[in-house]
Formats: sequence, C-alpha cells, structure tokens
Amino acid sequence: MTRVFLVDDHHFFLSGLRAELGSEFEIVGEAGEVDAAVDGIRRTRPDVVLLDVHLPGGGGRAVLEAVRQTDHDIRFLALSVSDAAEDVIGVIRAGARGYVTKTISPPDLAAAIRRVEGGDAVFSPRLAGFVLDAFHGDLTGVVDPELDQLTAREREVLRHIARGFTYKEVARRLHLSVKTVETHVSSVLRKLQLSSRHELTRWASDRRLV
Amino acid sequence: MAPRRHDDPEASPTTTQVPHRPASSAVIVRSRDNRVLLGVAGGLGERLGVDPVLVRVAFAVLAIAGGSGFVLYLLAWAVSVEPDDETATARPVRRPAARQAVALGLVVLGTMLLLREVGLWFGDRVVWPIALAAAGSAVIWARSDDRDRARWARIPGNPIEAMFTGRVGLIRVVLGGLLVASGLGLGFANTGADLAAAGDALLGVAITLIGLGLIFGPWATRLASQLAEERRGRIRSEARAEMAAHLHDSVLHTLALIQRADASPEVVGLARRQERELRAWLYRAPVPPEGRLRPAVEAIATRVEQRHIVPVDIVVVGDAPLDEAGKALVDACQEAAFNAARHSGAPLVSVYVEVEPDELTGFVRDEGKGFDPDRVPTDRRGIADSIRGRVRRHGGTVSIMSSPGEGTEVQLRLPRSQMS
Repeated sequence: MTRVFLVDDHHFFLSGLRAELGSEFEIVGEAGEVDAAVDGIRRTRPDVVLLDVHLPGGGGRAVLEAVRQTDHDIRFLALSVSDAAEDVIGVIRAGARGYVTKTISPPDLAAAIRRVEGGDAVFSPRLAGFVLDAFHGDLTGVVDPELDQLTAREREVLRHIARGFTYKEVARRLHLSVKTVETHVSSVLRKLQLSSRHELTRWASDRRLV
Repeated sequence: MAPRRHDDPEASPTTTQVPHRPASSAVIVRSRDNRVLLGVAGGLGERLGVDPVLVRVAFAVLAIAGGSGFVLYLLAWAVSVEPDDETATARPVRRPAARQAVALGLVVLGTMLLLREVGLWFGDRVVWPIALAAAGSAVIWARSDDRDRARWARIPGNPIEAMFTGRVGLIRVVLGGLLVASGLGLGFANTGADLAAAGDALLGVAITLIGLGLIFGPWATRLASQLAEERRGRIRSEARAEMAAHLHDSVLHTLALIQRADASPEVVGLARRQERELRAWLYRAPVPPEGRLRPAVEAIATRVEQRHIVPVDIVVVGDAPLDEAGKALVDACQEAAFNAARHSGAPLVSVYVEVEPDELTGFVRDEGKGFDPDRVPTDRRGIADSIRGRVRRHGGTVSIMSSPGEGTEVQLRLPRSQMS
C-alpha cells in the first residue's frame, strides 16, 4: 500500500483527507507546521507527501527544501486553496511533482497521488496554463535552449491539458501513447524546475491576480 | 526515474546568468540607468563602488573650488565609453561601500587644498561653506533609502510653486517678504551692546520668523498632511493584508471543503461563486485592469455560474488589449459556455483562451452528452449560427467538434487586429 504523509495546518481539512484517503492509502503521519513536517517526513519516509502550499513557519516550500536536502526520492504533491501563480510556480520549482487545488474531487486526488508516486507529473489545467504563459513570448535572455523553451509537441500537450483533457484523452487526440504524454509532461516539469528563463520568477510574482 | 538535478536553479547563478562580456579594465563605462548629465559620474560611481551621488558632489565641489571640476568631468567623459545594451543590463552593480566613499572624500579634500595652494581658488569664505553644505546634503541623500527618495520626489509641487497657490497667495508672499526684510533690518540696524538693542534684535528675529511662516507655511502644512495621508494608507493596506491572510486560512478553506463534500449542487455552486468573489477581492490587482482581454475572459465564469450551477474553469494564456476581435472572441466564448452549461449536462465547462502572435484562439469544452453535428437540434442551431456569425464578421473561423456521448468542443480562431 502506498504510504502517504499529510501536511496541512487546517485540521478540519486534514481530517477530511484522512477519511477520504484512509481506505486506499496508508496514512503514515501528519503535521501542521514546517518543523514538525520535516521531522515526521524524515522519520517515516513516505512514498508521497501531500503538501499544503501555505503553512506557518515558512510555507510548503520550506518543507520541500529541507527534506530534499537529505531525501531525494520522496515525492511531493502540492495542494493549495490559493491558486496564485507565485505560490504554484514556487513549490514546483522547489521540487514538487505536481499541483492540484483543494477543491479537487476525492477520486481525482487519489489518481493524482498514484501518478506522482509513479514518478510522473500532475498538471492541473491551471498549472498547464501558467507554464504556457510563463514560457510564452520572446526568447531574449535565453541561455539554454534545451531548458528554456518548450518543444512544439510539449506545447501541444500542455494546451490540451489546459483545455481540460485528461492524459488519456490527450493521447487519443494527438495519436500518442499515454506513456508518451506522461514523458512530455515530465519533461515540461523538469524544464519548469531547472529553467533559468528570467521571466519565470518575475512573471510569477507579477501575476498576482488569478 | 530520469536523473534530476537537485540544486535550486536560482541558487547557482554562474550556470544560469547571461554570460556578460568582462568590462574592460582600462576605461570607464558611462552609466545608462544612472545618468544626470552624460552618465560619467554614474559610471565612475559604479566602477569605484561609491554612490554616484557622492561622485557628483565631488565634481561639483571641485568645480566651485576654482573650476577644476568642469575640466575633470570633461576629461573623464573623453576617456569613457558609451555602454552597449548587454553591459548596461547585465553588469552586476557593486554595493556602495563606506570605505570607498571616505577615500573619495579624502581625494577631493586633498585636491582642494592643492588648488588653494596654487591659487586656483575663489576664497575661503566662499568655498568652504559651500563644500561643507554640499557634502552634508549628499550624505543625507545617500543615506535615505530609495523608498524615502521616491516619497520626497512624489510630493506635489516645490516650495516656490506652493508659495503662490491659494486664494491670497501673492498678497501673502509680498506681506511675508516685507516682514522678513523689516525684521532683518531691525536685527542688523541695532548691533549695539545695550539691553534695548538686544530687545530690538529679538523682535527682529520674531518678525522674520512670522514672515517666513507666511511664505512657506502652506507648503509645510501640505507636506505634513501628505505624509500623514501616506502613513494612514500604509496602515490600511497592512490591515488589509492581515485580514486577507486570515480569510485565506479560514473562509477559503471552508468554501473549498463545501465543494468537496456531498452537498447539493446548488450549495456547491454557491460555495464556488463565493470562493471566486472572495479570491478576486483578496488577490485583485491594485489597479483594476481595464480594457484587457484576460479579465474579460475570466469574467465569463462568474456570469455563467450565476445562472447555472455548472462550474466553469477558465485558463488564459497571454494577454492583449481588448480590441474588436477580442470582444468578439469573449462574446462567442461566453455564448458557447452558456450553451454548454444549459444543454450538455456536463459537471464542468472548460474555457481556454490563448493570445498568439497573429491570432486569438478560444476553446470551450464540456464532457456532456454531445450531439451529432449533422443533426443539430433546432434550439441549438440558432446559437451555433450566432456564434459563427459573430466570429466570421471578424474574419475568424469556428469549428464544433461533437459526437453523442463524447462531449462537445467549440473551437474559435480570430486574426488579431494589426494595431495591437
């Protein structure tokens, strides 16, 4: 059974998650603030951490940065009510493998956890839109074309996700295998994490309105 | 799993920054961003690691002390070069350091003493007070941080301008001027040592002060009220941020919870609408973006959700001014979204709009029951025709992809107007 650790400072929400996920996953621990989360995750070594973006004591980003210094193979799925580009891009760049909003339905959340556990990336339509937006426009200041721009195929895959299609539907419409779609999305995630496109950080902080 | 790098990309600037050309060590590169006359002082300041303001003061003081500042400035300009675009933007700015500033001050002082010895000098009574006053102002200016400077620069009107404003501006200034003059006259006329003279001198000082108050009073009060207003504004925005953080932690969470619960569709729809409104209030831009495509598209969701309980997801990539083509796209998307919410029976409607260099694209999609495009029910045909008509009038195309049980997607393409 997949071992999941929950990090959220909202107790009501936390207990809701526990009830929904408890039958399908083994909940190995939970925490409501940064230090307790880092300790708990290091001790229990879960497969997947469900991480709230907003936490007292430094935010989800601080948890990611601390844990990833010692444990590279623990995977993080970010969860947030805010949906602000700054927060989303921030946790993804800190190493989360995906981002979903807290309004996600329980079955979709379970599917997202499995996908992240399998090493794939989870992109909501909104995150796909953010990435297309951030990698949009001119290429001045681009250093590494490998990392700083999307291929035509990746762009097409992201557009479909932004339009609301599931990975399976995207695969069917573009005549690809689901595995290939997943590979494209993972490669976009890698670019998002490693690209130095100077627009990226500035873009996220400028774009306060969602 | 693919091998990944774990270092934070922002933490390793050496591999990521634009490789800038090393600035030649022999010349001064004039500053582009930090320029008052020709950018020489700015460039020199960046090179030496001193606040350019101090360099400017040094030139000015040397100019007063016998005019050598002019010569030095022109000399520095002659040996300096214009920046090219790359160095202007990519060069790291050295932090001004106190030690360099003191060194610069000593060099200027030494030069002044030398000039005094050689005779290139306007006289002790002129040069020293001006030099001291200039140095003092420069220190104050250099020490106040950028925010303070911006605030001072924003204060409306200078004292001279403020003097003559108001109903009785001219009379007030003339009266004030007379008082100052008579006060000074009274003070200076009685330079004797007896007690009566001292009284007269005090009276002179008082009259002078009243005169100055008349002249500069309005400006001073305006300054004070301006600063007080700014302070109130800051307090308000801090209080707002605090409240936003609180609402974010409590109310947004509750609304999210309601949407995940097994509540009735009406309650879920209500929670979603409330969440959208609250979010818009929490994260709204300080200046509401008027006449842009993005907010116009985002507003579709609110309108559709107000009338139907189906949630609408909006994703917009890029932004553009809301021109005729943009308005046509927004209207067509909205009509398609209303249509999907009303007829498809889908739990969600997705709207995606992208601004591309030469066209605007829009996709409105649902996973509802769909229909056979060849046998469109008449009640839907009218709407499809109106969407088509709208888009075609602006030179665009519409295609509707649908089949029974597969959901529907309306695809819109409009060429962008040339002006945008």
